[in-house]
Amino acid sequence: MQQNSADPGLYDYVPYRGRKKIVWPEGKTCAVWVAPNLEYYEIDPPIHPKRNPWPHPAPSVVGYSHRDHSNRVSHWRMADVMSRHGFPGSVSLSVALCQHHPEVVADGVARGWEFFSHGIYNTRYSYDMTEAQERSIIEDSIKTVQDATGQRIRGWLAPALTHTTRTLDLLAEYEFDYTCDLYHDDQVQEVKVASNGLASIPYSLEVNDHYGFFVYNMSGREYADTLVRQYERLAKEGEQSGTVMCIPLHAYLIGQPHRIGPFEEALEHIAKDGRAWLARSGDIVDAWRAQQ
Amino acid sequence: MSTLPDSYKQYPMRREGYDHDLYEWSNIHTRAPFQWPEGKSVAVFLCVSLEWFPITPDGPFKAPGHMVTPYPDYRHYTARDYGNRIGIWRMLDAFKGAGVTASFAVNAAIAERYPELIEAIQADGHEIIAHSTDMNGTIDASLGEEAERALISDAMARLEKATGARPKGWLSIARQQSFHTLELLKEAGLSYCCDWVNDELPYKFNNGMTALPLNHELSDRQIITVQQKSADSWGESMRDAFDWLAKEAKAQKSARILPVHLTPYIMGLPYRIGALEELLADLRARSEAWFASGDEIVTQWKAQQ
Repeated sequence: MQQNSADPGLYDYVPYRGRKKIVWPEGKTCAVWVAPNLEYYEIDPPIHPKRNPWPHPAPSVVGYSHRDHSNRVSHWRMADVMSRHGFPGSVSLSVALCQHHPEVVADGVARGWEFFSHGIYNTRYSYDMTEAQERSIIEDSIKTVQDATGQRIRGWLAPALTHTTRTLDLLAEYEFDYTCDLYHDDQVQEVKVASNGLASIPYSLEVNDHYGFFVYNMSGREYADTLVRQYERLAKEGEQSGTVMCIPLHAYLIGQPHRIGPFEEALEHIAKDGRAWLARSGDIVDAWRAQQ
Repeated sequence: MSTLPDSYKQYPMRREGYDHDLYEWSNIHTRAPFQWPEGKSVAVFLCVSLEWFPITPDGPFKAPGHMVTPYPDYRHYTARDYGNRIGIWRMLDAFKGAGVTASFAVNAAIAERYPELIEAIQADGHEIIAHSTDMNGTIDASLGEEAERALISDAMARLEKATGARPKGWLSIARQQSFHTLELLKEAGLSYCCDWVNDELPYKFNNGMTALPLNHELSDRQIITVQQKSADSWGESMRDAFDWLAKEAKAQKSARILPVHLTPYIMGLPYRIGALEELLADLRARSEAWFASGDEIVTQWKAQQ
């Protein structure tokens, strides 16, 4: 990005109207990817001068234990629902989860999920990191996930969505293929980086379960209805040029007993519709790249 | 631009298991199956918080629901006390009407100030859980170990005196603790604690106490006050939760708990209480449901470990 410039220069303006047609495999119109955030939040992390992760001095019991629900209860609930309807996961991974709870990571591997990095912990923020520090979390991520899953990570969702001005250039230098941190589009887009290339794949804040439940205060059923509406519109518009819908999840939210049932109905609707390509993030980026 | 010390990317607790020693990791879906009495699969754990808010807020942090306006905040002082004068009596009638027992997480000040209420709770066979001294009795790490020990000990002594028995269970205000809390609760003779929301079944803390998770996401405070949903939307969520838990319990041939955390000044209002009565009637009609107090749930779970 262009440092200290009003326009960070992340990408070119490309109007939605009149774009080149993107075609997904088997003529599907909307590539749907599900992004479970498999996270670890530290109970007593060092405090970053720009952001404190917890509302109370350690331990913040509700904040910590709510997130721990993912790793004891709701991960498997969420994953089973996804598997039942044919949705692979593309995991936004706090890579230290490979050390803390390898059982959760192994479950995703066994289901054929793709892993990308969401930083070391979701309680460590990248703001103000030196280049050497930032390189170390990228290299740590690559090695940790390679050792735990056999996969070379291809994507990045910044830990707690915290960046520096050099993050995207570094990702491209380390031959990452995509970033999930830019929310400017409903299609895969090219990102301007210093070397190599980098794609932005649509992730989503708006239909992220966290936004659904804690920004828009939806019930489980209202959130499920939102997913169906989002899908219907993108599948229709995808006839012109293939669209992407991401469903970003946190098991401790979507896997609560009052939400998982309606969520399963939404997944079932999308899977049965016929216009959805149920894919992993890397597959979507590859299919897009092949058409450039 | 400031820079971060290199210690910021050192991770001394990055290891297998948790970054603390309070309890061990376990996957609920692979634990040994067990059942509630009479082959029931879903325990319905009704827990009512009985809260007295001094009009003079104090303590390490302000409890949810505490005073808002400059002193004297008649508006919130009285609106909270409405729950203790009116709302709770509606709930007691609703429980009696449905023939169910519940647990009441009681501030010591409630037990001392409103003996008629304690008498009615005990006459109907409900359980009393300790819920600190009053709504100024919050706990966090800033309180200090000695002050926290004194707070817990004071709450327990006053509850014992006012109710005639020492509670076995503890619920912290806003479920917030310090790293000393579990040890201090054990020292005070408590056997279970409802603060940690990471599980849907009881489990053991490393110090021997039992965790009985009381899901905050399913509370009336979260759904109605925080997320601003209607009482009917709350009821719909509770039914959806019960349906899922019953299905999961059946598939795993094991048991689950539906925690229903209620607040008299929230759910006890005239236009909301009907949603609770309807939910109780519906759950009462479900063959999988076992209505039980926290102590009964912990006892049954322990007996099968």
